[in-house]
Amino acid sequence: MFPTPIEKRSRAAQLSYQSLLPLALILWLLPLLAVANFSIKPESDFVNGNYWGLPSSFDLFANYGRVFFESNMPRYLLNSLLITIPTVIGAVALSAMAGFALGVYRFKGNLLIFFMFIAGNFVPFQILMVPVRDLTIDMNLYDTKTGLILFHIAFQTGFCTLFMRNFIRALPFPLIEAARVEGVAEWKIFWYVVLPLMKPALAALAVLIFTFIWNDYFWAVVLTQGPDAQPVTAGITEFNSQFRAAYHLMSAGSIVAALPPVAMFFLMQKHFIAGLTLGAVK
Amino acid sequence: MKSRKTTAWIALCASTLLAGPALAESHGMALSGDLRIISDMSNPAPRAVMEGMVADFGEMHPDLNIELTIVDREAWKTQIRNALGANPPDVVNWYAANRMLPYVNAGLFADVSDLWEEPAFEALASTKGAMTINDAQWGVPYTYYQWGIYYRKDIFDELGLSEPTTWEEEKANCQAILDSGRKCYTIGTKFLWTAGGWFDYINSRTNGYDFHMQLARGEIPWTDDRVRQTFANWRELIDMGAFIDDHQTYSWQEALPFMVNGEAASYLMGNFAVAAMRDGGLTDDQLDFYQFPKIAEVDYAEDAPTDTFHIASGAQNMDAAKEFLRFVVSTENQTKINAGDALGQLPVNANAEIGDDKFLQQGFDMLSNNASGGIMQFFDRDFPAEMASFGMEGLQEFMVFPDNLDDILARLEDARQRIYK
Amino acid sequence: MSHATVPDTHPPAQRGWYKRNEIAVTPLLFLAPAILFFAVYVIIPIAQSFWISLHEWDGLGEATWVGTANYERLLGIGDQNMDRKFETSFWNNIKWLVLYLLAIPAGLFIALFLNQTVRGIRIYKSLFFFPFVISQVVVGLVFSWFYLPREGLLNALIGLFGFGPVNILGDPSMATYGIIAAGLWPQTAYCMILYLTGLNAVDPEQVEAARLDGAKGWRMLWYVILPQLRPATFIAFVVTIIGALRSFDLISVMTNGGPFGSTRVLSFYMFEESLSEFGFRMGYGAAIAVILFILMLGFIAYFLWSMYQDEKGGR
Repeated sequence: MFPTPIEKRSRAAQLSYQSLLPLALILWLLPLLAVANFSIKPESDFVNGNYWGLPSSFDLFANYGRVFFESNMPRYLLNSLLITIPTVIGAVALSAMAGFALGVYRFKGNLLIFFMFIAGNFVPFQILMVPVRDLTIDMNLYDTKTGLILFHIAFQTGFCTLFMRNFIRALPFPLIEAARVEGVAEWKIFWYVVLPLMKPALAALAVLIFTFIWNDYFWAVVLTQGPDAQPVTAGITEFNSQFRAAYHLMSAGSIVAALPPVAMFFLMQKHFIAGLTLGAVK
Repeated sequence: MKSRKTTAWIALCASTLLAGPALAESHGMALSGDLRIISDMSNPAPRAVMEGMVADFGEMHPDLNIELTIVDREAWKTQIRNALGANPPDVVNWYAANRMLPYVNAGLFADVSDLWEEPAFEALASTKGAMTINDAQWGVPYTYYQWGIYYRKDIFDELGLSEPTTWEEEKANCQAILDSGRKCYTIGTKFLWTAGGWFDYINSRTNGYDFHMQLARGEIPWTDDRVRQTFANWRELIDMGAFIDDHQTYSWQEALPFMVNGEAASYLMGNFAVAAMRDGGLTDDQLDFYQFPKIAEVDYAEDAPTDTFHIASGAQNMDAAKEFLRFVVSTENQTKINAGDALGQLPVNANAEIGDDKFLQQGFDMLSNNASGGIMQFFDRDFPAEMASFGMEGLQEFMVFPDNLDDILARLEDARQRIYK
Repeated sequence: MSHATVPDTHPPAQRGWYKRNEIAVTPLLFLAPAILFFAVYVIIPIAQSFWISLHEWDGLGEATWVGTANYERLLGIGDQNMDRKFETSFWNNIKWLVLYLLAIPAGLFIALFLNQTVRGIRIYKSLFFFPFVISQVVVGLVFSWFYLPREGLLNALIGLFGFGPVNILGDPSMATYGIIAAGLWPQTAYCMILYLTGLNAVDPEQVEAARLDGAKGWRMLWYVILPQLRPATFIAFVVTIIGALRSFDLISVMTNGGPFGSTRVLSFYMFEESLSEFGFRMGYGAAIAVILFILMLGFIAYFLWSMYQDEKGGR
């Protein structure tokens, strides 16, 4: 193990490590802690210049209450959910199939198609902006959740296929051959043999894509406007203009916007980290 | 601009007599279907006004389903084209004069000249010019407001200062304020346009209204010595340290606390800021207003921007949209939405009542009697949009690094030659 | 085995062409939807962008063919100056590319710091990681408040050491670095998690052997550990480069390109030109995007080449 496990070091080293850990963590999360502190302060603290001290009164419920009951935030949050969940399902489904095709079969152009997905995934997406926007308008999907979902599915399929294909590659191939020998139809091999083995990969990808899509801002701004379709990342700017210079409310709003992926991460941590590292590092 | 002056004056006399239901006949129409409105009135007071208008209009037309979307006012400036191009709403907010031009040229705003021929619109005659392009009208105004210097009366009293009328007095006042450990002016230039107000005033006071408008039309190079004189005058204030530090990081709202806390004594702003200042806790005893002082011997020109409603050329419910525009400019509604406790601005309908509010009365009086130079719509509306965007970036840079002036002017001149050709 | 329990429900009648060609046809069927989506939304638009960049087009009416005029104006070919906004954006992009790479050593450093087995370390690891799950919009807001010129925590902190207040986002010479620092925060967390996983896979026997040989500290890290972390480093490099060239959210939220345009990058400038208030410059915007794409193409080729080498070695 590297570096040397701390248990094997001197007592003094152990103690200093133990005390350094929380200190480093606080330093690391300082900007965030500050905003969390903002969000439970009363407005008067800002008027009086008490920005960074302790709150003079505990206004968590009042501040977050206003976020939920006096703004469009609940609508934006709902939009985010309605955009994110179908995207996750769609991208995972498409890429599981594509990954299966690329990982199990040998055919001409296999590697070429695979590389196409990878390359597309690395493209700076600004180059897609103008044509995708036009396409969305032509399909009458501008400023709709569907328009955003379709694009997200398509774009995420690149990354997901890379992931799925590498995962399927690592599965024991003899299983599939055994099934073929027994004359099982190919699509059934996918459904009954491969898919069950892919559960960890599916979970990992789902969590990962959820976070990516939830946090998307660029496409939300390009393809939607207003509280009918915009997700919370874009909606937060409208929220902030409603409460401009009211730091306690803007902080509370930001925290609400950030919370779902954070919750997702802490609940599904194992899958999440597997997702980040497994498919890529193989 | 004579016409505005006279109409405004008549309006002041008549406002108490003629608050009649000028547009009563339109109430008879039965409207149905959907009416989609996108509004940029996102600040707290305007937001309430907009929601109130929709509620009132909805009550008059119970079968009409009104869908109101309020978007961030700054963000709307980049979104509007998108919104009008694809799946357009019926009614949108925007600004008068040159700022409409790109949308009129692109065919995105509907021609509403027929509305302006209706008798009720005679009360809006003074604003007709600002809504006219190519002999047609492309929207209706709903409000306008004066600009000027809002100041902390209590601080002026404490220092024994009075409202300045000349540039020398302005600078002397400012020096006294600086000596007392405060800043003279608060301003937030993060979104650039606030700097445009300073340029409008200093340039029109230095070189006169006609010169200012020639510059706006691209007829004068930015490197002209008269333009340099404007910047030289401005620089006197900058070199004194008159403006708050770090203004390039703040929005205009974020710059308000400086005034509210007494760290800065005044604010060159539009009258919409009064509501925010009162919200911040300033009383009318602490707050007062004066006209931007004289610099050279030219007639006073004033910024009085007009905010507007337009119908998208792709509107689905044209009848309802037009009816909404009629409603917006109706005497009754104009009185209501522009009142001191609502928008706190000036009504565009000559028959409407001007709010019983010292700033509104003072501003109206100033625009009626003391703006013989002319009325400016504001930097970002008088200059073509692209020039304005280059220009305001340069103005912001000048306020932070006045030494860069040569470079800035060369750049603006470069842009001028490309944009106006 | 699950498949063994599945009854074969295929009626014999279907044993026709499909059945005979099943192995060849199935992958195509399985690939079809993904390829369709990907082609419509990714592959074709790339080609369209190239095409649009040769036109002047407002997104509504007819596009006018202008050849390479957009590129000439951007790069200042002929008797015109290089587009100043483009110049600033380009150099800012380079700054992003170079400085963003700091996330890799920083992530490695934190990973090494946290790669212990003391009580509660799991929670520490996840708390260190979680800036990465927060959206960039929120990161941008958080940091812009952190940097506030008077009230910001940063100034409160450096004030403790007697340094004057700084206005990072208001100073054109510092603003870009301020934004990059904000971007490094989640990116470092990302690299850290990649390295933590990588460190788990380091072969303990090799480490012990090296230790017996007297290697420790930096030498151990450089000659024994880092070579084993190569896959992690490769991925960290890939995601960091992509992240740097895509930077948009932070700039849009923190400075909106200002002060006076000093923090624009190509992706932001492209967005401004294409969807600006005064007219959609679709052609000009597309030209900027194409240049960004070409910048990226070098890296993409390198990534693909590395992967191709892996594939060849893999099978």
